Amino acid sequence: MSTNPVCEVTDVQLSFGEVKALNGVSFSIQGAELFAVIGPNGAGKTSIFNVLSGVYRPQQGSVTFGGESILGGRPHRIAKRGMARTFQNIELFENLTVVDNLMMGRHHHLNYHWWEAIYWWGRARSSELANRRRVEEIIDFLEIEGYRDQPVGMLPYGIQKRIELGRALAMEPKLLLLDEPVAGMNAEETEDMARFILDIRSELKIPMILVEHDMGLVMDLADRVMAMDFGTPLVTGAPEEVQSNPDVIRAYLGPMSEAAAAAVADGAPEEAP
Amino acid sequence: MTAAPQITNKVHTGSKRPRPPRGRPKLRTSYAQDMALLNTPAKRWSTLLLVVIGFCAPLLFTDDLLQVLTLGLFAAIGAIGLNLVSGYAGQVSLGHAFFMGLGAYTAAVLGGDSEGRLVGFGLPIYIWLPAAGLVAAAAGLLIGPLAVRLRGLYLAIVTLGVVFLGLHLFREANHLTGGPGVGRRAPDLEIFGINFSASGGIPGLDWTRDQQLLVVAIVFLIIFGVAARNIARSGVGRAFSSIRDRDVAAAVIGVDLTGHKVLAFGLSSFYAGAGGALYYTVVRIIEPTGFDLLLSVQFLAMVLIGGVATISGAIMGAIFITALGRIAIEIAHVVPFVSTSVAGGGLLNIFQLEGILYGLLIIGFLIAEPRGLYGIWIRIRNYWKGWPFSY
Repeated sequence: MSTNPVCEVTDVQLSFGEVKALNGVSFSIQGAELFAVIGPNGAGKTSIFNVLSGVYRPQQGSVTFGGESILGGRPHRIAKRGMARTFQNIELFENLTVVDNLMMGRHHHLNYHWWEAIYWWGRARSSELANRRRVEEIIDFLEIEGYRDQPVGMLPYGIQKRIELGRALAMEPKLLLLDEPVAGMNAEETEDMARFILDIRSELKIPMILVEHDMGLVMDLADRVMAMDFGTPLVTGAPEEVQSNPDVIRAYLGPMSEAAAAAVADGAPEEAP
Repeated sequence: MTAAPQITNKVHTGSKRPRPPRGRPKLRTSYAQDMALLNTPAKRWSTLLLVVIGFCAPLLFTDDLLQVLTLGLFAAIGAIGLNLVSGYAGQVSLGHAFFMGLGAYTAAVLGGDSEGRLVGFGLPIYIWLPAAGLVAAAAGLLIGPLAVRLRGLYLAIVTLGVVFLGLHLFREANHLTGGPGVGRRAPDLEIFGINFSASGGIPGLDWTRDQQLLVVAIVFLIIFGVAARNIARSGVGRAFSSIRDRDVAAAVIGVDLTGHKVLAFGLSSFYAGAGGALYYTVVRIIEPTGFDLLLSVQFLAMVLIGGVATISGAIMGAIFITALGRIAIEIAHVVPFVSTSVAGGGLLNIFQLEGILYGLLIIGFLIAEPRGLYGIWIRIRNYWKGWPFSY
């Protein structure tokens, strides 16, 4: 493993009044790995993303990205450094077309000032054209050519999820945060999305943090997994290791008997068909 | 069927512009064609036709109709401005009347002459028109930061406060505005030594004031309209729309919310200021009590009825709303119980009818066609595009 982590989170504490949303969360992302965060509802998975992208400000701890601290930075500055994100509930700009949504992903790659936009000719035009080409590459990559000129609000859910991934990719991120990329999708759409995630890792070599409830997907794709419950990390390790951890099983299945937990740990880790 | 030519990977930036292949005008062979302002032959021809009709209009219509049209076109500049901040960026502003008034009076003070206690500098249009925009924009930049903290209804109420503040200011600053009930004269529209505000101003043509002003209005509207369209299709316009649709996602993707909201208010106020200055060169007298809430609401109606977040919609809406008074008079001629004088009998007078029409139109459009006149146009266009099929 390389010595310089892409992103390092150390002992982050985030609370809203009396509620501890994150309690001593630490992890680091090395190289182009796919790091998954799992946990029951309310475990603080999305809160981690909100801390990373600057929407929430933790009370304690440190977050470094590309070797520099980003704690307390405003979201658009963190985005400019190369942090891209998708959302659990689609957060696309629904009145804009697919192309315009992806162009929004390239917002900080546009290198002209607002007054140059007024007369268009010159830098504004050439910059728009150059970025449009990059957007078309992403449209090609995600196979959404047919939807190009349609307003995204009208498109099917699975396609919208894909466009949101595309918008994040258009940013040419150094770290990609995926918040439940296959939530609410059918088997076929899930498979498509899994293939895109694998392609991103192998072709574009972008490190990713994945929050997902689809355990099959997480266990298949992730290099490392962190399990959380009530804001506290339970265990971090290889997928098989996390899967058989009694604490994780207890978090998901409630205070069940130790025997049952042991049975799962010993016996068939394979999920029911 | 021939194979479709490949989309070229070359970025065309030089002087040589790519053209669609002969006989297939809708086939795009470069992104530049796709992103062009008028990217279909139909759009190019219809725009050309509209401009030609516009420039011929002074010869086709009577002076009173021309004046209504001219007022509509200048109001459209203001409406485009409101559409930038409220339609594109989604920040509801009721303060538009204040910015228009600021522009109108800046123009009058800089471009007008001193008479009695009125201050005037008698400067040319090259100074008073940009100054009218810039002074209003400066005020907009002061209001803009409020939008960072407030949204929706709260922002609307704060901007409403701005209108009342402005009214008070205009009333009290007697030596600048002339005071309530009196007002002051707007400057003449004199460009390149030609005074368009006086009949027979264009040498060689024996045109009336109204004929001349319409031509000026078309030229200004094209300049302001194209500039606004360019802003709307650039990264700035997209960022405005992204803030309107999803502000958190916009920030996470790299849009500076504060900067863009302030910029939206600044640009919008510039348009309001310049539009206000030009509008009152047609009205002639700038009366301080005119910049009230009703004017702001009229501009909101232009945007709503014309089409939210479209430039052409704002223009259609502005012309339509400005013509409403005239439409009310025409109705009065046909419908027996509407009287054309305030004192005369009948159930309604034309001013009441105009007010009723306003309300009905706003309610009607919000229920039936929220995309406004622009939406109706899109429906007609799609019908003919798809004909004889339904879609």
